[in-house]
Amino acid sequence: MKTYDAIVVGAGHNGLTNAAYLAKSGLDVLCLEKNDYIGGATVSRNLYKDWYYSNCSYVCSLLRPEIFRDLDLARHGLQVTPYGGGTVFMENGDYLGNYPNAEVHYREYARFSKADADAYERYSADTMRQCRFIRDFLLRTPPDPTSFKPKDLRELAHLGAKFYEMGEQRMYDTIRFWTMSVAEYLDEYFETDVIKAALSGSGIIGTALGIHSPGTAYVLLHHYMGDVDGNMGAWGYARGGMGSVAKAICSAFQSYGGELRTDAGVEQITVSNKKVTGVALTTGEEIKAPIVVSAMDVKRTFLKCMDKNDLDEDFYRRVKNFKIRGSSGKLNIALDGLPTFPALPKGSPLLDGDMHFIDSMERMERAYDDWKEGTWSKDPYVDMVIPTVCDPTMAPPGKHFMSCFVQYCPAQVEGRDWTDEERDQFGQTVIDQISEYSPDFKDLILHCEVRTPREIENEAGLTEGNIFHGELTMDQLMFNRPIPGYAQYRGPVGGLYMCGSSNHPGGGVMAAPGCNAAREILTDLKRPDITPVNFGDD
Amino acid sequence: MTVQEVEQGRYRSPFYPRQAELDRLFQWHDWKGYATADGFYDTDLEYFSIRNSTGVFDLTPMTKYRITGPDSLAFINRLVTRDMSKIKPGRVAYAVWCDDQGQVIDDGTIFHLKKGEYRLCSQERHMAWLRMSAIGMDVTIVDETMDVCGLAVQGPTSFSILKTMGLDGIENLRPFGLTHFDFQGAELMVSRTGFTGDLGYEIWITNDKAIELWDALFDAGKNYGIMAMGTDALEHSRIEAGFIAAYIDFLPADATVRSGRSRSPLELGLEWLVDFKKPNFNGRRALAEEKRSGSTWRLVKLDIEGNKPAHHSYIYANPKTKKEVGFITSAAWSPVCKQNIALGTVRVPHGNVGEKLFVEIYYQREMHWSRVMAEATVVDKPFWDPPRKRATPPGPF
Ligand SMILES: Cc1cc2nc3c(=O)[nH]c(=O)nc-3n(C[C@H](O)[C@H](O)[C@H](O)COP(=O)(O)OP(=O)(O)OC[C@H]3O[C@@H](n4cnc5c(N)ncnc54)[C@H](O)[C@@H]3O)c2cc1C
Repeated sequence: MKTYDAIVVGAGHNGLTNAAYLAKSGLDVLCLEKNDYIGGATVSRNLYKDWYYSNCSYVCSLLRPEIFRDLDLARHGLQVTPYGGGTVFMENGDYLGNYPNAEVHYREYARFSKADADAYERYSADTMRQCRFIRDFLLRTPPDPTSFKPKDLRELAHLGAKFYEMGEQRMYDTIRFWTMSVAEYLDEYFETDVIKAALSGSGIIGTALGIHSPGTAYVLLHHYMGDVDGNMGAWGYARGGMGSVAKAICSAFQSYGGELRTDAGVEQITVSNKKVTGVALTTGEEIKAPIVVSAMDVKRTFLKCMDKNDLDEDFYRRVKNFKIRGSSGKLNIALDGLPTFPALPKGSPLLDGDMHFIDSMERMERAYDDWKEGTWSKDPYVDMVIPTVCDPTMAPPGKHFMSCFVQYCPAQVEGRDWTDEERDQFGQTVIDQISEYSPDFKDLILHCEVRTPREIENEAGLTEGNIFHGELTMDQLMFNRPIPGYAQYRGPVGGLYMCGSSNHPGGGVMAAPGCNAAREILTDLKRPDITPVNFGDD
Repeated sequence: MTVQEVEQGRYRSPFYPRQAELDRLFQWHDWKGYATADGFYDTDLEYFSIRNSTGVFDLTPMTKYRITGPDSLAFINRLVTRDMSKIKPGRVAYAVWCDDQGQVIDDGTIFHLKKGEYRLCSQERHMAWLRMSAIGMDVTIVDETMDVCGLAVQGPTSFSILKTMGLDGIENLRPFGLTHFDFQGAELMVSRTGFTGDLGYEIWITNDKAIELWDALFDAGKNYGIMAMGTDALEHSRIEAGFIAAYIDFLPADATVRSGRSRSPLELGLEWLVDFKKPNFNGRRALAEEKRSGSTWRLVKLDIEGNKPAHHSYIYANPKTKKEVGFITSAAWSPVCKQNIALGTVRVPHGNVGEKLFVEIYYQREMHWSRVMAEATVVDKPFWDPPRKRATPPGPF
């Protein structure tokens, strides 16, 4: 039977990125995917007539431009188009617009508060400063602070240097920033409730925390640190849906001679003498390789797909305690036409942007209260976009695809598994909220896919449906991600590596964990490092 | 006799009333006397319309000459370097024409409208040169720049839009083909040409139907992401397509002052446009000589490391000695190719495909300047060249 040089488990975008770099380096690589389609949480599926959904992730910004370029993803069919603007609809019939044009943005904020309109500039600069700091580490392996290896010392020195470079005051700010809540952070700049509510959303997306919980300021950063063609903080649509990202990476992987097998779920990663030997599929088939790279989240990898006897107790305990609480749901809707939003002026550019329906910090926090009570938010924070206003490929002309990301939605309802009725009620909650601002919306719905964490876990394989493969809090970031001592993509047994979003720098469609893990594997194999370096100084 | 003084301000294109309704930036510049928009709402989104849906660019200021008469083919064939006898009615040819020294005066597109009837379109004006070239031939050259207006309709949904507009049979139009339609009683000329390197068309009509044409086009395009775009977006896309522009990547030979500043077609990478087998054409002798003895310059397409556009950079063969072998003429970060691209001109023997050169890039961040020395690889294919550009019939998007 054939032995591969490496097996990558999971054809999400990180697994594929990892596999692509290993194959590009000349290794014989097999990538295994349990579903009959690839992409994991970066997927576009055709569930209704001529509509293609972005079933999980729906907007793109974090994807490392260095990898985009290096793997020639454009030639493999990936195109990311920026979109601008956004709206928060208010209960009193007003709205707050977010315009890409800086002066228009100023005018809009000034409608609520001149001070807030001014403060936005300082807020942007302060946030950008933090982004620049973190961006430098996205394509680097976190140093192990307890190690005295030259490489770790070098990386620690680099981290220190970057930190000192910020200057004394900014260093204090940075440390505060990493631990404070998004509400506190926004309070330092703004006085208007709806403005704070609008900006706070990025602090809680995908996170089982509320706007007042410490650590949420960092989550905001995680949503700002990306870019579209150098426009930092901008987001774009992948043409054809987010599945195009996975498809392009897969095409690059295959162009380097890599082999993909779908419908090939891994039952167990096999180990002998503290070294991996390959994998056993759910069908019983065994495939051999001296290197196995798991792109599954850390819990799924170690608690579901390995024999506990192959792992040490403390390691096992830490994996069990890894925070990966589900907090988000998703509605994907096929529309018969473009819904109208009477609050917005006709022809407004805001109609092309994202839309939100929570206009106060109080409502933001209340949405979290429901989650703590073990149920979905009755007045949820919804991040709604209609990619087809820009993308002609996802629905027939004049028809539309609407994506609703919903916060909060628990992994279980009051401690029990979800029922189908509850899932539908959850979907209805979201539809009702949008209908308040769009009277014709309900009548335009042709098909709706409702996904609670249950569906996300069962289909995409994310434990508890946590979108980031583990929460993005300080205790689970950098050299603590996924767990202390294992932040350099190497697992606890020989030949085992981890390349999914549970690893630094975390979740989102970024491809960085996959690429960073490839670098470490190539180092161990004493092969030249072919992974790209940071563009720098953006 | 009363003399009406010539117009002092910039001309407005016949499409201006519609453009003014869309315009939010108020950024206009001069293009051969016409007010031309840099952009209308957001130059990034306008650029992406070309690559994702459809962008519409106003071509009206293009210089347009109608060339007719029994000797029209002979005249044009003597003017330009490529063999125009191969360009049948209903076809369009990209061409260059040269002075006696084989130096490029301009490039342009020549539309073979009907048998023996041509339209020559270029950026610069050339009546003097054309008249001179026509001495002794039975041709009529009419400047119709001010009578005919045009729109470039470019992008992946452009075919769907024209089809929706009712242009039956448009699916059969091949790249560099042209055809005519009746449009509200006027003749609409449609060619599958453009300056963006993507699927796209150019549509031409007499000025009096401009507004009707614009409205019909934008109405047909409303479900296909149609967007008006300005020069900034176009400029970006033409660099991606690897197209050269007058006064940027070359100078019209008859307008250069310093010697050695003009270029031959061979030096601009346009050898494929020079046909030494056809009957005599202007500049032939000089070009044949250049081909024998070698050119001085070579235009290169460069794929440059990193993401900082190499505007105005020197090109070096060796980053240590920094011996200049040329310079960059057009540079851009390409959002669709995710590449740092540039056109440049280098001294022969440099510039062979695959050669690794170096460019010194200066870039500014928060007032301070930095520089990087970046490797630049010479490539031969256009940076952006999607299959949909050639597909006939084209796909819906
Ligand atoms: C609803 C939702 C919305 C989101 N929105 C955005 C967004 O807009 N923008 C953004 O940047 N990010 C977003 N994210 C986050 C982002 O999508 C994920 O963090 C990212 O896609 C994870 O990629 P990955 O490759 O690390 O893992 P995954 O995509 O989870 O890939 C893991 C793969 O492993 C496979 N697998 C699991 N178990 C096995 C097994 N035993 N055998 C074989 N294969 C297996 C899975 O099927 C899957 O294909 C969103 C996520 C969700 C769920």
